[in-house]
Amino acid sequence: MFRSLALWFESRLHLVKVFEATAGHKVPPSTNSWFYVFGSGTLLCFVLQIITGICLALVYIPSTSEAWPSLQYLNNQQFLGAFLRAVHNWGSIFMVAIMSLHLVQTFLFGAYKYPRELTWVSGCILFLCTLGMAFTGQVLRFDQDAYWGLGIGASIMGRVPFIGAQLVHLMLAGSIIAGETLSRFFTMHVFVVPGMIIALLSLHLRLVLTKGINEYPTPGRLVSKESYENEYEEAVKKTGVPFVPNVIGKDLIFSAFLVVAIVTCALVFGPAGPNGPPNPTLIHTAPKPDFYFLPVYAILALLPAYMETFLLLVAPVVGIAILVLLPFYSGTGEKSYRRRPMAVVIVVLAFLTVGTLAYLGTFAPWSPQMEAWSAAPTPVDYIKNRSGLELQGALLIQGKQCRNCHSLNGEGGQRGPALDTVATRLTPDELIRQVIQGSGNMPAYGKNLSPAEVSALVAFMGTLRPAYQPPARDSTQSVRLPPKDLRATR
Amino acid sequence: MSGNNQKSGCGCNKLAPTEDAPVPSVSRRNLLLKLGAGLNALAGLLIGVPVFGYVLSTFSKNSPRTWVSLGDLNHFPEGNTRLAVFQNPVTKPWDGDTNEVPCWVRRVEGERFQVFAINCTHLGCPVRWFQQSRLFMCPCHGGVFYEDGSHASGPPPRGLFEYQHKVEGGELKILGGNLPTLAEPT
Repeated sequence: MFRSLALWFESRLHLVKVFEATAGHKVPPSTNSWFYVFGSGTLLCFVLQIITGICLALVYIPSTSEAWPSLQYLNNQQFLGAFLRAVHNWGSIFMVAIMSLHLVQTFLFGAYKYPRELTWVSGCILFLCTLGMAFTGQVLRFDQDAYWGLGIGASIMGRVPFIGAQLVHLMLAGSIIAGETLSRFFTMHVFVVPGMIIALLSLHLRLVLTKGINEYPTPGRLVSKESYENEYEEAVKKTGVPFVPNVIGKDLIFSAFLVVAIVTCALVFGPAGPNGPPNPTLIHTAPKPDFYFLPVYAILALLPAYMETFLLLVAPVVGIAILVLLPFYSGTGEKSYRRRPMAVVIVVLAFLTVGTLAYLGTFAPWSPQMEAWSAAPTPVDYIKNRSGLELQGALLIQGKQCRNCHSLNGEGGQRGPALDTVATRLTPDELIRQVIQGSGNMPAYGKNLSPAEVSALVAFMGTLRPAYQPPARDSTQSVRLPPKDLRATR
Repeated sequence: MSGNNQKSGCGCNKLAPTEDAPVPSVSRRNLLLKLGAGLNALAGLLIGVPVFGYVLSTFSKNSPRTWVSLGDLNHFPEGNTRLAVFQNPVTKPWDGDTNEVPCWVRRVEGERFQVFAINCTHLGCPVRWFQQSRLFMCPCHGGVFYEDGSHASGPPPRGLFEYQHKVEGGELKILGGNLPTLAEPT
């Protein structure tokens, strides 16, 4: 009965043929490796994102006035709404992470080389689309961060020469962030970019079938355009094994592990936000991007201002071009990372750079701590046995917001140097100059402090040194001593 | 077969057809193909042009700016800088809170004002005013501005964006309506 039913379908759909041409296609046995599971892992994340995304869209309202309440509803009232939001959020984080591993693996294994150029190119565009999903998704979580994040996007667009204003208007669907802006991002996130991803993914997988999957590279075995395809085909014919059922096992195990990991993270950490309502008049906020854009956030604080616009606009284009065109200038030759030391160095450097920037981005030492001046206590040791003038200076260091950028005893901003031992580094004269004129990242306080206030401030800072360390000395003093009568008054 | 047919179908060779039947039907097929493709290109334009026009309708340089009121002059004491909120001149029913735009108003003296955009000139984050040190500070990347809006320190490439303003009927009015960026500072 069952068999005859199966045969009936087979005679209509030719499923065996379809299977042999797709899931059951033959692959080199060397690809049965744990290094080859990241592509299917990314696909799994994508499917998970589609499923959870459709679920969220059942409740979410893409309207500036109602998005935030509908997110609150999802979090607090909708049955399992918070869980699905959490899975969608963690699914996106895992998708970016696993996709990055897939990119690194294919790069290190030379998979981009002849004849798989298009596989690489389509993969790179898929990576960019995924980052696009991450950014637009962050906007759909329409809260304070999303609102100001849009402002940041617009500010970056506004730096484009000639058509900057037009691009800003196109991005915001108008000249300010308002009603139509969110609809625009909703359309991108839900229709346009996923459509592109599905189309590119089809191409990507089609290419895996037509040009085969990259064999596990053997050091010393070079790719040449003349012989590679014949060699590959022969090898697959001779020793190839069907992907299903021989090779898919590891993919399945990894995918199951991924689902468990995503669900666990979702259960433990819960959904992301939304934080404060997207009301632009609530300005007591410090917008921060999601995890994926922390490196960008960090680099924008650390770059010298003069190269910022250049790096914002030109570097991504050049970087993407170098990445996408990789198979066209390095399409043959050695595949194995064991004989491509530069490839390994590039990967390590990229990880270190992105990792360090993301790490810095998480606690943003360059941001002034807006509440430190009124909230951080003055360490008791720093005001014990101090003169009235020095105590007045201690008050000024709070009252004039110095601590928003300078820490005392570890509390306060880190934009400027900590002041705990400032007296060992700067003489009173240098302190006065620094306070009045500022320099580097410090604004000049000359207009905003009276001479008496400056004296008090400098008197207090003059006490900020450990007892065992001498105060900073003016190096010119031993050479050019002031006349005797002046010295007496000092 | 199709290669041969196409050759004769294009009509450049006056070869006698080897068989009598296929030639006229092939050239007719060719004509229909070309006609069909042409009609579809036309149809594509018919849809494509309006779609592009619709999608790119906001790709324009001009933003609608209108004088909007920040309220009575007496709300702004001399020598002080205060947060003011204005309604964006172009609103949609579903704007929610986003049509209320904040800005910083500095009343220098008498009817001399400066009205600064809330957005940092670096990347648009909301700057905060500190009366005691008379500085604007940005929470994102640490940009700092003096009370007259000029750049004090940090990554911003210029001083704060200023709205055009005027005093009319005892009210302070500004020319509002766009998010100030480096491309369109006011």
